[in-house]
Amino acid sequence: MSASASPSASLGSNVGIVIVSHSPDVARGTAEMVRQMVGDEVPLAFCGGNPDGGLGTSVEAILGAIDRAWSEKGVAILVDLGGAETNSEMAIEMQPEERAGRIVVCNAPIVEGAVIAATEASGGASLDIVRRTAEELSPA
Amino acid sequence: MAEQESTASVLLTHEVGLHARPSVKLTKLAKTYSSDIALATAEGGPWIDAKSIVRVMAAKAPQGTVLHFRASGADADAALAALVALVERDFDEAGAQLSEKTHAGD
Repeated sequence: MSASASPSASLGSNVGIVIVSHSPDVARGTAEMVRQMVGDEVPLAFCGGNPDGGLGTSVEAILGAIDRAWSEKGVAILVDLGGAETNSEMAIEMQPEERAGRIVVCNAPIVEGAVIAATEASGGASLDIVRRTAEELSPA
Repeated sequence: MAEQESTASVLLTHEVGLHARPSVKLTKLAKTYSSDIALATAEGGPWIDAKSIVRVMAAKAPQGTVLHFRASGADADAALAALVALVERDFDEAGAQLSEKTHAGD
């Protein structure tokens, strides 16, 4: 299995966060850090691992995670390595038209980026600000 | 009309300083106020935006630092009172620290 739902969360008032790692353990652990450090007011979902239980990412699992974390304010995706990013971009392209422009992949380290993006999102910031804050972590 | 600026300072007693979790709490609390709020680890600055999680974490203020706040805006005084109280309460983490210590001693 490769995914898990966000618990309480989503009023649709805050940007959602999706965590996509090659490792289900990294994805779950990162989500746990977000929940413990930031709280429940941000829609959050994660996925990791391929359908066979190995390391990898799957477009289908990412699509599911985006649905679970979906917010009218949009969704910020944090990824680890190569395929996580390309598969996330593919999942974004497959979204219905009404979500166009409201899902972004952040160019930030997955753990730190997720905590910081969620902190920013919890204060009601826009998707663009959430992404830019997470990306402040990375050298330009 | 010049806007009224309020200031406050408080001793950071939290054992590990302004690390990740306290920074998140401080920033989240600051964001709930409309006033502009700045934070410094020395009286003369440099001042950083207390609502910026990246800047607050980067300040890496250790235990024993005196945190200086200044705020301007309609709810400036309430914001400062709340932030000072958060720091004085050790970011509500005393319990968590105790249990971490207990586990470390296992």
